[in-house]
Amino acid sequence: MDASERPFLDLTGVTVSYGSTRVLEGIDLGIGKGEFVALLGASGCGKTTLLRTIAGFIVPDAGTVSVGGHDVTRLPPDRRGMALMFQSYALWPHMTVAQNIGYGLKLRRQSRADIARRVGEIAAMLGLQGLEARKPASLSGGQRQRVALGRSLAVDPEILLLDEPLSNLDARIRLSLRHEIRTLQQRMGITAVHVTHDREEAMVMADSIVILDKGRIAQRGTPEEVYNRPASAFVAAFMGAENVLTLSGSASGEGFAIAPGPFNAGCLVPDLLPTGGVEVRFRAEAGTLGPADAPPPEDGRTLRLAGHVVSTSYPGGIWRHAVRLGEGAADGATVLVDAPHPVAQGQAVSVLLPPDTFFVFPAAGDAPPPASDSRSGDRRRRLEVQQA
Amino acid sequence: MSTFLSRLDPWWLPRALVLGALAFVIFGPLANLLLWTVAEKWYFPHALPLEFGFSYWERVFSPRGNAVESLTNSIVVALLTVVLSLTLAIPAGYALARLKLPLRGLVLLAFLIPQAFPNLTVYVNIARLFYVVGLNGTIPGVVLVHTTHGLVYAVWIATAAFAAVDAELEEAARSIGASGLRAFFDVTLPLALPGLLASAIFVFLESLDEFTGSYFVGAPDVNMLPLLLYTAGAGGNYQIASITALLLLIPSIGFMLVVERFLKVDVLARVGR
Repeated sequence: MDASERPFLDLTGVTVSYGSTRVLEGIDLGIGKGEFVALLGASGCGKTTLLRTIAGFIVPDAGTVSVGGHDVTRLPPDRRGMALMFQSYALWPHMTVAQNIGYGLKLRRQSRADIARRVGEIAAMLGLQGLEARKPASLSGGQRQRVALGRSLAVDPEILLLDEPLSNLDARIRLSLRHEIRTLQQRMGITAVHVTHDREEAMVMADSIVILDKGRIAQRGTPEEVYNRPASAFVAAFMGAENVLTLSGSASGEGFAIAPGPFNAGCLVPDLLPTGGVEVRFRAEAGTLGPADAPPPEDGRTLRLAGHVVSTSYPGGIWRHAVRLGEGAADGATVLVDAPHPVAQGQAVSVLLPPDTFFVFPAAGDAPPPASDSRSGDRRRRLEVQQA
Repeated sequence: MSTFLSRLDPWWLPRALVLGALAFVIFGPLANLLLWTVAEKWYFPHALPLEFGFSYWERVFSPRGNAVESLTNSIVVALLTVVLSLTLAIPAGYALARLKLPLRGLVLLAFLIPQAFPNLTVYVNIARLFYVVGLNGTIPGVVLVHTTHGLVYAVWIATAAFAAVDAELEEAARSIGASGLRAFFDVTLPLALPGLLASAIFVFLESLDEFTGSYFVGAPDVNMLPLLLYTAGAGGNYQIASITALLLLIPSIGFMLVVERFLKVDVLARVGR
């Protein structure tokens, strides 16, 4: 991106506190026109606060929010050309569906006929025909969600803000609505910011995912980037790499050499890490199970772990094995590994992790604390590398 | 027969007696009052009036009877008190419900202060003050006195009514282009209306009933219904007192019906929260 060209929605150094609690800490975030960005994070990470700051319900203590090059930091919510969709839908119980959808147009002093036509269009687009005269209380959850979406879309917002709009729906409706919202957003070319704590929802809907951790951006990237190249142990864990091992190794010319340990063979990884302890994370589906005496791969870049199966379960499609690493060692760990066929309990096995399926980070004790500046600078460098 | 007996609770007799006694306590005086309004002649030891008729109604509503003037005064004062109280209570209640005031409870308590002191002390001093500024014996003076009294109900109930309206409903309007004022009038006010209506009725009834303040500030220039009732009762004229009391009763019954019809439970639950 050209350095002189500012992103359509641009946040710089946004800091928000509630009383003495810092909720957002120097958020820099640029969102392009027509982009669908998901703000992903655990509850309490500040994602809703960030969305409300963009919407104008919170004025940041420091930093600016700009839209299309205009500073809107101190503009009230009604003059920002945005529409916010709430988790609770916040439909007005005293108005009918048609009145709810048409309210924004009424505010813009459009004629009755124009409003009726637009409401009809929106209702048709969202499959709400025949419900126009109903009150929200007599609608199902999915219908309410559509009305709330229609109300936001009716005013043709430049930016659509979505605050966990799908979390109150049951799973099947949620899946189809994900798809619908994404399709509508692309068809109408709206810039969208979507807050969610559901990783899969963020992955399937967004062009770009911003992972927030304790009021800071932990990583920003495409779904494929944050999934396959997590920038920190936190992101890796959040993206489902729940298996964690503590190993050690040393920096070597072209990367980092993991030293052989009580349950692992040595292996070389391309990450540039300082000598010392490392945290290795991987997903259950990343590894393959083999016989205990399987020969180590020739490439020297595959991590090989040894252990025995302690239990198996069938979550569907694959068999999930809990593998205890290290023969009775006190410092051993239990990891979950998927395999297409069940392996008997008690069987000695080896777990093979091919390159790029496991992630290596400095061990928590050795690494500088995540809040320090050096770390965030490091992260920024990584981001630049990814964008290049 | 056996099923009937088994379903018959052995406690029905004491329960019926208690309920009967309760009904008598509530409706006995009312029945007595109704009898008095149509009694032409009734004295001890007769259990029932000796003659029935409507001649006292004619006297009450005759041009010389003061009743029409008192009734008009009372209703005008009550309506003005409602208007003034709500004009103050709507912004105050909204602010108390929406803004996270740390002293919110304290502010709500402050409205109770006029109630904390003996009415007489307060009103005698107000009367002296109003006499100095020329408000004594005027309708505005009485309205002001009634408002100090009615504001407690108005603000408390309005606060509860506004607190029952989810702030997100207002924010939803703001986010699609409504100014703060517009969102208030289009969303918050209509949703808080049942509660505000209840507070209006409360204030109206309080004003209609109010005696002490009306007496010190209003009398003798502004005649109010309770003063008429007092004079008639003190003079032993039970017929006129009963008819006046009946007139005062009509709005309270109307109030009960409206509360039953409009007031949502969740609004009531938030009173004083």
